[in-house]
Amino acid sequence: MIELLWLVPTIPVIGFLILTFSCGKLPQVPAAIIGAGSIGLSFLVAVLAGMDFMAMSEAGTTSFSQTLWTWMEVGSFKAGFTLYLDGVSLVMMFIITGIGFLIHVYATGYMNDDPSFARFFAYMNLFVAAMLILVLADNLLLLFMGWEGVGLCSYLLIGFWFKDPYNGYCARKAFVVTRVGDASMALGLFLLFASLGTLNIQELMVLAEEQWVVGSGIAIAVTLLLLGGAVGKSAQLPLQTWLPDAMAGPTPISALIHAATMVTAGVYLIARTHVLYELAPSVQYLVGVIGMITLLMAGFTALVQNDIKKVLAFSTVSQIGYMFLALGVGAYSSAIFHLMTHAFFKALLFLTAGSIILAMHHEQDIFKMGGLRKDLPWSHALFLIGTIALVAIFPTSGFFSKEEILASALTNEHGGYLLWLGGVAGAFMTGLYSFRLYFLVFFGKKTHDGHEVMGWHLQGPLVVLAVLALVGGFIHIPVEEVFQAHAEEHHISLFYQAIMIGLPLFGALCAYLIFVKKKINVEKFAGSGVGAKLHRFFYTQWGMDWLYDRVIVFPYVGLAKLNKKDFVDSIYNGTASLVRHIHNRVTETQTGQIRWYTMTMALGVLLVISIGVFA
Amino acid sequence: MILVWLMLILFVGGIAAWLSESRGSHIPRVIALFAILLDLALVVLMLVAPGVLGLADVGTEISHGHGEWLVLFQADWIPRFGISFIFGADGLSLLLIFLTVFLGMISLGAAWHEIKERSGFFYFNLLWTLAGVIGVFTALDLFLFFFFWEVMLIPMYFIIAIWGHENKEYAAMKFFIFTQVSGLLMLLSILVLVFLNYQATDLLSFSYFDLLGNGLSGEIGMLVMLGFFVAFATKLPTFPFHNWLPDAHSQAPTAGSVILAGILLKTGAYGLIRFTVPLFPDPSELFAPFAMGLGAFSILYTAKVAFAQTDIKRLIAYTSVSHMGFVLLGVYAWNAQALQGAVMTMLAHGFSAAALFMLAGGLQHRIHTRDMDKMGGFWGVAPKMSFMLLFFTVAAVGMPGLGNFIGEFLVLLGSFQASVTATAFAALGLVVAAVYSLIVIQKVLHGENENNYVFEDLTFIEMSCFSLMMIGLLWMGLYPQTMLDMAEPTLRSLGIAFP
Repeated sequence: MIELLWLVPTIPVIGFLILTFSCGKLPQVPAAIIGAGSIGLSFLVAVLAGMDFMAMSEAGTTSFSQTLWTWMEVGSFKAGFTLYLDGVSLVMMFIITGIGFLIHVYATGYMNDDPSFARFFAYMNLFVAAMLILVLADNLLLLFMGWEGVGLCSYLLIGFWFKDPYNGYCARKAFVVTRVGDASMALGLFLLFASLGTLNIQELMVLAEEQWVVGSGIAIAVTLLLLGGAVGKSAQLPLQTWLPDAMAGPTPISALIHAATMVTAGVYLIARTHVLYELAPSVQYLVGVIGMITLLMAGFTALVQNDIKKVLAFSTVSQIGYMFLALGVGAYSSAIFHLMTHAFFKALLFLTAGSIILAMHHEQDIFKMGGLRKDLPWSHALFLIGTIALVAIFPTSGFFSKEEILASALTNEHGGYLLWLGGVAGAFMTGLYSFRLYFLVFFGKKTHDGHEVMGWHLQGPLVVLAVLALVGGFIHIPVEEVFQAHAEEHHISLFYQAIMIGLPLFGALCAYLIFVKKKINVEKFAGSGVGAKLHRFFYTQWGMDWLYDRVIVFPYVGLAKLNKKDFVDSIYNGTASLVRHIHNRVTETQTGQIRWYTMTMALGVLLVISIGVFA
Repeated sequence: MILVWLMLILFVGGIAAWLSESRGSHIPRVIALFAILLDLALVVLMLVAPGVLGLADVGTEISHGHGEWLVLFQADWIPRFGISFIFGADGLSLLLIFLTVFLGMISLGAAWHEIKERSGFFYFNLLWTLAGVIGVFTALDLFLFFFFWEVMLIPMYFIIAIWGHENKEYAAMKFFIFTQVSGLLMLLSILVLVFLNYQATDLLSFSYFDLLGNGLSGEIGMLVMLGFFVAFATKLPTFPFHNWLPDAHSQAPTAGSVILAGILLKTGAYGLIRFTVPLFPDPSELFAPFAMGLGAFSILYTAKVAFAQTDIKRLIAYTSVSHMGFVLLGVYAWNAQALQGAVMTMLAHGFSAAALFMLAGGLQHRIHTRDMDKMGGFWGVAPKMSFMLLFFTVAAVGMPGLGNFIGEFLVLLGSFQASVTATAFAALGLVVAAVYSLIVIQKVLHGENENNYVFEDLTFIEMSCFSLMMIGLLWMGLYPQTMLDMAEPTLRSLGIAFP
């Protein structure tokens, strides 16, 4: 059945085509069946192919590739539409189609009665197809196609409700900021091709190990350029500013694209090309440092947001920071593991947040919620499960993956106390901001009534995700082969263990004391001089948007406006009017008076004679 | 002879259309359609089944040792001055001829309902422009080439000046002067080249084959080369010779814009590939770093100007200049990937720009404005049109899977090996392309329809035209090998190594 691999990305493409070319004439029910059904079918095929693959890998074959056709062959450059399946892409394929299917089903309920229902699912299907191409590509060019494709769908879906210009602004910002990373990544591809003569990922890894010296300039340049692409797509420093704005899209989009799948593409890219990063240890360390700083920074920012989706968005940025931290210390399988568990609990949190938003009639401000645990029992239970998994409380899925990352940061040769400390500080922050969100929404005084919107397509997927968030930590991901068995046992002392288990709980406790018991008055602090400044500083993502606006956006827009008429044009028009001016002056000499002509002639003769005499 | 037939059909069809005007204003367009379809059929035959036309034999018979000519036609014209009729087509020419005739058909679709006055004379000009372009793509005698260079200019001037919009005389005159002055430089260069070649070899000939390998170098070689370069760079166009284009495009009728953007610009690129570099290899090599820098600068500069425009046609016109910067970059990188990329960009941009101008023209026809600040929320009014605008904008942004990406990617991949700096700047073009393109989507499709425009969605003719171009871009994006294989022998014969 593994020969059917090509169907996995193809079925969503067919779904996209049907939904698009029905031109909005398709009624809602068939559109929902095609939209969600195509992903479900794709998931089934993925499972069949995956089972075959597992059987094969037990027999010793660790990868499978399938060439559909040669994309292009120009001189020595060759790239094919070739799919490549190994442990990592298998895990990614399951996450994309499986979680994707659940979110599609949820969306059939969430988007009920939207006038552009079919268009929504068309974009969603296209997204899934592009994401599958990204993770199944055997060469970096095909990967880049998926990479750009998911970016396009992200743009289209953030701006899906197009009547509000703010949504359009957010969509454009997301596309342009990630494109900065994409341009860097493209240059990385050019450099790789110029250096090694191919873009096939497996060949690249072999050739790089053969030809490059550890720490050489070329290795550093290539990995830095690829890292540029990764931080753009995965919303890490310094290109993280787009993700919070991306929350303008419908909530299922935030769950699918901006939590579970697309934003982890950067993690996938680095894991996929980890051989290159090992040849550039300084860059690999930089990956870890970027992850650490981002996870802390986003943690602080999440703490002061008041939009339920933005808290979750910053928490996503923060959790991807953990994945980068893991990549930086060489714990690739932990990174992929956290990617998977994060997909479970963050999709759950986003979708539950969507249900809350529906119940509150599209209110997203957490300070206008409160005391909702009675009104919304379903959402309450599900959100709590998501929160404890996010905070990494034993024995939820988040605990296992985060613990692995922190242990690796402590014990791996690339790690160290700095990265570990950053990680555990972040774990405390996670406890604090997650439970702040939870308590503010479900505890305290009730200000508005909520009405739970019920339906099997809303609650069904959530229950599945909740189960995965709880027990997903026990899933074994078959990636040792790909990362050459980096999965050694970590032996760390009980003291460190206790810190890693205790700190998130301590964070949760602090949140309880502050936001439920009101033992510490944060509002007063946030209102005072220093506190207000600090609050503002955190709230605005440490002023990075402000900085980018002033350094890049405003000057560019200003210069463009200034030169709207294109100054080159004035040179040509200036020449034209100069010629016309001279023409007019010369015409004036044509007076028709003999006197004038005789005089100018005489003067001319005089001039010529004097030149002849004196020169 | 088949190449001559292609032009004759258009020339005669043009005259017939003009004469038929007195018998009813609908007759010229039917005649034009027949002429173009006949040409299209011939071109498709040449591409798919050259044997039917007896071409394979002819090609092998008259192989000049200078290239893999599929068709070659030679006859005396003015033997005293070494001027003759030499028409030849190889893979590259055939691709461009196909583009010409295909977009000619599309432009006919654009004009079908738009042109009501003096339609006979309009279709005469349209067909003669197309014939001129085919001449440019096939002429292999430099005098003949220059002749066709002029033939395609004058009917285009009339199209803008007569059927254009509010500021048409200014735009037409500007178009004419830019092309004419730069064309004059080329004529001078041709004459000097032929004369110097005559002095060196005692052979007075304007034939491309005789002039190849003239070995001009030094200052004089550079000057003569620059004469060609300026003419082609103006047509391409590139900074700082681009200023005729925004005016010509914003004033031309839709069909004129389609032909300008889709076809006429490509004659500049073709000239660079076929004449400038092969005729003057040494000066070109010296000039290459400068030209690549100019290409990269042109990409970024015009993208910034495009971003500030509110007139949708002016905006698209500036983006055309920006995309042609990639062609300039690719041509002067002069290696397999870069040149194939330049050719792909020419073809793909021909489709995407033609479609975008047709959409802008369609909008102007419906709501009588090109000002994007007055538009908005058109998704709700005309979903089909909106989808097409989205599709072709996305293509222009360089989305993988569509033709434009293949072109730009290959150009950058190749130019990276020639100049890292120029490529790094050009790659920023990917970012700024997103900036200006998404503004169009925002202003036209998104937001509220504040002026409450209500208009008809795409007609059947328009829908067919866009669908055809869409299929073309998908083909180029997913299986570009069809085009790459056709262009490869040409590039090989120009001395490009294909390992």
